[in-house]
Amino acid sequence: MGSRASTLLRDEELEEIKKETGFSHSQITRLYSRFTSLDKGENGTLSREDFQRIPELAINPLGDRIINAFFPEGEDQVNFRGFMRTLAHFRPIEDNEKSKDVNGPEPLNSRSNKLHFAFRLYDLDKDDKISRDELLQGKAQLLPVEDRGGRLGQCKVLRMMVGVNISDEQLGSIADRTIQEADQDGDSAISFTEFVKVLEKVDVEQKMSIRFLH
Amino acid sequence: MSGRWAPGPRWGVLLALLLALGELPRARGVEEEPGGAHGEAQGFQVVTFEWHHVQDPYIIALWILVASLAKIGFHLSHKVTSVVPESALLIVLGLVLGGIVLAADHIASFSLTPTVFFFYLLPPIVLDAGYFMPNRLFFGNLGTILLYAVIGTVWNAATTGLSLYGVFLSGLMGDLNIGLLDFLLFGSLIAAVDPVAVLAVFEEVHVNEVLFIIVFGESLLNDAVTVVLYNVFESFVTLGGDKVTGVDCVKGIVSFFVVSLGGTLVGIVFAFLLSLVTRFTKHVRIIEPGFVFVLSYLSYLTSEMLSLSAILAITFCGICCQKYVKANISEQSATTVRYTMKMLASGAETIIFMFLGISAVDPLIWKWNTAFVLLTLLFISVYRAIGVVLQTWILNRYRMVQLEIIDQVVMSYGGLRGAVAYALVVLLDENKVKEKNLFVSTTIIVIFFTVIFQGLTIKPLVQWLKVKRSEQRDPKLNEKLHGRAFDHILSAIEDISGQIGHNYLRDKWSNFDRKFLSKILMRRSAQKSRDRILNVFHELNLKDAISYVAEGERRGSLAFIRSPSTDNMVNVDFSTPRPSTVEASVSYLLRENVSAVRLDMQSLEQRRQSIRDAEDMITHHTLQQYLYKPRQEYKHLYSRHGLTADEDEKQDTEIFHRTMRKRLESFKSAKLGINPHKKAAKLLKRERAQKRRNSSIPNGKLPMVSSLQDFTIKEKDLELSDTEEAPNYDDEMSGGIEFLANIGQDTATDSPSGIDNPAFSLEESPGILSGVPPWLCPGEAVVPSQRARLQIPHSPGNFHRLAPFRLSGKSVDSFLLADGPEEQPHAAPPESTHM
Repeated sequence: MGSRASTLLRDEELEEIKKETGFSHSQITRLYSRFTSLDKGENGTLSREDFQRIPELAINPLGDRIINAFFPEGEDQVNFRGFMRTLAHFRPIEDNEKSKDVNGPEPLNSRSNKLHFAFRLYDLDKDDKISRDELLQGKAQLLPVEDRGGRLGQCKVLRMMVGVNISDEQLGSIADRTIQEADQDGDSAISFTEFVKVLEKVDVEQKMSIRFLH
Repeated sequence: MSGRWAPGPRWGVLLALLLALGELPRARGVEEEPGGAHGEAQGFQVVTFEWHHVQDPYIIALWILVASLAKIGFHLSHKVTSVVPESALLIVLGLVLGGIVLAADHIASFSLTPTVFFFYLLPPIVLDAGYFMPNRLFFGNLGTILLYAVIGTVWNAATTGLSLYGVFLSGLMGDLNIGLLDFLLFGSLIAAVDPVAVLAVFEEVHVNEVLFIIVFGESLLNDAVTVVLYNVFESFVTLGGDKVTGVDCVKGIVSFFVVSLGGTLVGIVFAFLLSLVTRFTKHVRIIEPGFVFVLSYLSYLTSEMLSLSAILAITFCGICCQKYVKANISEQSATTVRYTMKMLASGAETIIFMFLGISAVDPLIWKWNTAFVLLTLLFISVYRAIGVVLQTWILNRYRMVQLEIIDQVVMSYGGLRGAVAYALVVLLDENKVKEKNLFVSTTIIVIFFTVIFQGLTIKPLVQWLKVKRSEQRDPKLNEKLHGRAFDHILSAIEDISGQIGHNYLRDKWSNFDRKFLSKILMRRSAQKSRDRILNVFHELNLKDAISYVAEGERRGSLAFIRSPSTDNMVNVDFSTPRPSTVEASVSYLLRENVSAVRLDMQSLEQRRQSIRDAEDMITHHTLQQYLYKPRQEYKHLYSRHGLTADEDEKQDTEIFHRTMRKRLESFKSAKLGINPHKKAAKLLKRERAQKRRNSSIPNGKLPMVSSLQDFTIKEKDLELSDTEEAPNYDDEMSGGIEFLANIGQDTATDSPSGIDNPAFSLEESPGILSGVPPWLCPGEAVVPSQRARLQIPHSPGNFHRLAPFRLSGKSVDSFLLADGPEEQPHAAPPESTHM
């Protein structure tokens, strides 16, 4: 399977991806085979439905939002390059990356990019602020109807994460408290700066990384 | 009476004591023949001296006392304890005491016996370690820990034993009656890193959690290896070197798996039992904590009985049961368990180290062989370092968090040996192991060297190497919440990239746990309130309350809460910083006052606990602290405050008013509409106007509810359903949370922008309030007042409960008196309300 995958992947494309994402050759080929196995339409791109077929994602509270994060604004398909670009956020930061080329483009797996990925999952209306309703409400209210695919509408981020047994008031006050805690400029919303600030003690580099298999 | 003391002199004395008078003449009579007492009858003696009767327990108690007093003594000087680890001080103290005993008795009367150590001193320490094990960290690093514990220990044992044997063959040690197997036996018992010593030293060093868990986890899990190696080599020594066959070696390897997995399994089974038992202890709260200790001790004894690894059993019993037990038992019991466990563990540790010192002062056990002792020290240090480096090199290829060079240095250096090795070496049979005394002496030297010397130097070393330290800091809701989000994100990414990793497994496990285990092992009421995020939220609220009160104390009174001039909203507005309230806002205080009110969660618990115990003290001080009491007994908040109200009626009722107003406003229309007393409403209006807080609000317009009838019926419904679904326990547990949640809600809804937007609120309310009894839903019945809508009383039951209480508290509260007749009919059985 690995060999089949690598034959389908053009060498120059592989090189470019390698350069852009920092994945190793073997990681890219492995992930490419994963990509093709997800791609039921066999057209070289993944649709939302392809992602939703992964059974574990269906029970992941953030599943739909994460799936959405793979798709560029306004598009319904993602190609392998985009797929890898998103995954690259979760590559651990390696020792040799810490120092090199400060002036170059920020690597995808930098701390700030990792945080930004998480931030975007909350920030549904893309106004660079997490508001109370974005924590509490599902997409139903926030996205136009035609944008909603499948189960997207049901996902209430806080409710899903905290557990179903908590009353709505409690949930509401948790959301309030969360915002209060991070809010510095008093606009009752968390901006990205505030988000970074409130998580500054957290080892994001580690908590937002997984070891991709070789 | 004399017939009753037939069983023997000792029992006779016991009975004599109990039955008193007849035997009293017999002072110090234990050794004297029975009946002799009557012979020398000098009439009635009021007091007798019965030393032998109490000797053993008395001595034990005295030793414990001495050890504990010593601990106090050490901590009198902060300077000493900050430099020298307590374990080292205790060993030195033990040496001194041993010297005194030896000088007095001319034999070493006291020493640490393996039985006492393994049966009474070790289990509490290991249980404590297991029960408070940070599970996530432990399982996240389990692979690493296992490698160090298994391969590392075998490596240490083999290399140390073989190297010593090699040196012995070269003749450097002189003439010793010792064979290869003896060396390997010695190597196996000296190889293992000791949990007690590691814990004692590392707890004071505060290295980062990953490093700590690896060293500590290794020291716990290597027990199985040690036990097996020890048993295998001991039996080999007994058999004699030439009779050992390959089959025996294979058996040894098999027995490793049986011992380790069996021990773990025993632990898990007992953890399951324990969790299950605590699920049903609702009516026997008093003995609840006992189950934790008894069952985990039984797991230890059971696996000891089956010759499995007892340490593994009790460790895993603690690890596996902690989640469910903590959820099941009441908060008081949880505190009891925590403190008892800590006390036992700390006491046992103290005694162990002191007795290690005392045991060393015994001329009979010493046999010196410079080469052997020094080489042992050299080999265990060097081979540990080599082993750590080799294993880390392998591990780092698979670990996400790399172990740096300095981590490896600390890990090598932190390989302390301790009482387990000592107890094992004492257990050796002198007839089989000819050089037992040499082994004992060397072990003692090794222990002293590692605990005292390495213990002393590890702190400066850690500082010098700038090892990442662990930092104690306040939990943040954001950190918890986003941390949770990160977990979900990672497991989703693993799913997408199609690999099975930590996150995938953790996700699977937590699903399994939620679906099955928690359902079986947790009380139904506990299942809901155990979410971590919710807990942090709850703790933060408590903390706010505490610091808020502390601020009150700092100012000398709680007057600022009441005084309208400072900021009337403080009472409910717990932490929104806003320009006008900066002075009093709690979050401001938190930032400002951190040092004064800094509390970790444990001391928070403790403080809350002490509050509950002090229930009867109606001092000013306690009254203030009762602010955060409500988690358990909501009503006291008000009744207590009611008691303070005796100076200026208007002033005093104001706190109450303010709180009540919030609750009332949404459904007061029902009452106020019918209630002839408009006074309260007017008062409220006036207050609000006067404070000019929310100018955007359409001037306190009162919302209207269709009819009182409607209201009452639904009110009853609510109470009924609550009675059904909320047992006492639930009550206790969730009450405070909701109360605090209410505060939070109030707070947030007061925040200056965003939320007050009516359009949005309209949209939002059905969603937010969907789980709430219909009458609470403002959408239909309650009309305009924006604030009223946002500040829905979350539990009317509570409100009702308050009223009679308040009255009984003799408070002269015009507002309530006015409402009194209205309230009383609804005053539900207080225990069954939903808060």
